[in-house]
Amino acid sequence: MFAVEIKTEQASPTQIDTLPERTLGKPLLDKKVSMHCREVDVFYGDKQAIFDVSLDIGKNEVLAMIGPSGCGKSTFLRCLNRMNDTINSCKITGSIRLDGEDIYDPKVDIELLRARVGMVFQKPNPFPKSVYENVAYGPRIHGLTRDKIELDEIVKNSLMRAGLWKEVKDRLDDVGTGLSGGQQQRLCIARAIAINPEVILMDEPCSALDPIATAIVEELIDELRQRYTIVIVTHSMQQAARVSQRTAYFHLGKLVEVDKTDRLFTNPSHGLTEAYITGRFG
Amino acid sequence: MSDRIKATVKRRQVREAIEQSLIRRRKRNRRFRMLGLGAVILGMLFLGIMFSSIISKGYSAFALTDIQLEIYFDPEVIDPQGGRNPDVLASAAYGKLVKAALRKEYPEVKKRKEKRKLYRLVSTGAIQQLRDLVLSDPAIIGSRKKLWLIADDDVDQYYKHGENQSRLKGQQLAWVAQLRAKDALKTSFNTNFFTAGDSREPELAGIRGAVVGSFFVIMITLGLSLPLGVAAAIYLEEFSPRNHWTDFVEININNLAAVPSIVFGLLGLAVYINFFELPRSAPLVGGLVLTLMTLPTIIIASRAALKSVPPSIREAALGMGASKMQMVFHHVLPLAMPGMLTGTIIGLAQALGETAPLLMIGMVAFIVDIPGSILDPATVLPVQIYLWADSPERAFTERTSAAILVLLAFLVLMNLVAIWLRRKFEKRW
Ligand SMILES: Nc1ncnc2c1ncn2[C@@H]1O[C@H](COP(=O)(O)OP(=O)(O)O)[C@@H](O)[C@H]1O
Ligand SMILES: [Mg+2]
Repeated sequence: MFAVEIKTEQASPTQIDTLPERTLGKPLLDKKVSMHCREVDVFYGDKQAIFDVSLDIGKNEVLAMIGPSGCGKSTFLRCLNRMNDTINSCKITGSIRLDGEDIYDPKVDIELLRARVGMVFQKPNPFPKSVYENVAYGPRIHGLTRDKIELDEIVKNSLMRAGLWKEVKDRLDDVGTGLSGGQQQRLCIARAIAINPEVILMDEPCSALDPIATAIVEELIDELRQRYTIVIVTHSMQQAARVSQRTAYFHLGKLVEVDKTDRLFTNPSHGLTEAYITGRFG
Repeated sequence: MSDRIKATVKRRQVREAIEQSLIRRRKRNRRFRMLGLGAVILGMLFLGIMFSSIISKGYSAFALTDIQLEIYFDPEVIDPQGGRNPDVLASAAYGKLVKAALRKEYPEVKKRKEKRKLYRLVSTGAIQQLRDLVLSDPAIIGSRKKLWLIADDDVDQYYKHGENQSRLKGQQLAWVAQLRAKDALKTSFNTNFFTAGDSREPELAGIRGAVVGSFFVIMITLGLSLPLGVAAAIYLEEFSPRNHWTDFVEININNLAAVPSIVFGLLGLAVYINFFELPRSAPLVGGLVLTLMTLPTIIIASRAALKSVPPSIREAALGMGASKMQMVFHHVLPLAMPGMLTGTIIGLAQALGETAPLLMIGMVAFIVDIPGSILDPATVLPVQIYLWADSPERAFTERTSAAILVLLAFLVLMNLVAIWLRRKFEKRW
């Protein structure tokens, strides 16, 4: 105990009980930006859940968001594809841009936005339909294919990219909810990538999975980075370290610090980050 | 005392306290279980009493007594001209043939008054039987045939239940005893009960008219209340904004579900019959009235079914870029369907058993003809039961119970369908 305290004092230049004026580290990028977020505030009714967050998400990077539970990671993530619109009391100010286009502009089609910014949820939520129908759903509703052959092709490719093809190629007609938890989550990923989104949002995608399924999904995320920008919320520091290039640390609705993942974990700029990654609270 | 000993003592005390409380808990547990079991048994007992009383009263209505008589198809009576014209054959006085046969059977009966009593042993339905025979085969005219003719309900009651249950008296009893001794009485399955409309004569009365009326009414109710109720529920649950206005609507729907059904009947009388001038006693009006009554049930059940669809499915659909409409129709509705259908069938079962509002719109008239369309005057099963229950004849009493059995059979069938639908469409997630 004693030793840890000494280390903390040495490593943290700022006090642990004061939040920084501005986000520390390197929240903004110079080029190759996929999503710009500027001065984003989110309110649930009168209660503010996100305070003045400015952050860039780079193209083809995996950005991890970490922080104690209730700090607003999910809330912020759900702003990026306007999933928060479904909550009546939720109000958002500031600006969020996808490829320079304000996604909260009234002229924006929310369906198109969500097709461009896909989402994978905490609890695997495949439709209670067949494996095939789960993956084919997106291409169908968006009219991406002309015939069954094209659709079959998309379904196969998506399942392959999600690393699920080998396991389900003989069970395409089985109901998706009958798969194991890890398979279900990969099915959800296949479903998301079937419409080729630019960004994939993942909200603690492995929290309901066992360690082996988690390892498979993590590997998958690393491969998906070649084609997609990925924002992943996780409560596991190891996972953030394994899969992400940059990591953002949230605390009580504020973005405390963003930096290259290895740098944030080895040399955090703020005492809170330090305290969190060393497991002093969580 | 050292801490360790203190802790041991403390632990022992805790253990004893738990053991004490466990005894009490077990007792309470057992008492509650007995109470529950008792309630179930009591419920089943009442159900059993109800069913056995209805069945024991009603089963005999499914049998009908026939009298064997030798009928002479007298050409003089049926077709004196010998033209064999179907119109003539249809309008002939077949009653005379029956009377002649009875007189021949009992030559000792001479007085007019006694003869009239004698004629009363055979149902007027025998006339129809003879007419049908002649029309289907005119060659029968001139021949003698032993035929089974429908007996009057008093004979029927006598034969099925004995002297005490019948209104036969004196001579009539002797005549019937004579028939019985000759094996000229028998019971057969009462097809009349299922193929005929209502009648003043119990032995000729059937539920066909009421069943057809009920069918029309329920079909109209289903056709209107299912789409309207489901649409209203989807709108309220999925699309309408939450504000005072929708709160108000919601409260009113819940109130509507609790309104006594007779009020809907009065409303139907005022609106459909007096204002829109739709025909009285028509299944159309009955269906419209029962739609009003069933709608709230369906809306409430459908909303509950929609609410029970997990939000994760909605999020999954929206997250894929589905519109709200697509989310509802592709994912939420299929999952909510079993619940909606169950609610609908429960509502319809209620409507099927409903009497009071239909009395208000005149579906209580005595109607012999079987309705051919939704605008013909008709009655429905529960109203038929009500009408028969009101009749003094013992034969109508047993038909009342038999009609109740048929109604119960339909209700059980509907509930089975509801269960089957739920099983079939239920999906896990
Ligand atoms: N639908 C909601 N309505 C009101 N408050 C909410 C809602 N969702 C989340 N919150 C609040 O917003 C804060 C951030 O929640 P969330 O984003 O879920 O945190 P995290 O994902 O980091 O655990 C919490 O204080 C939570 O109570
Ligand atoms: Mg969360």
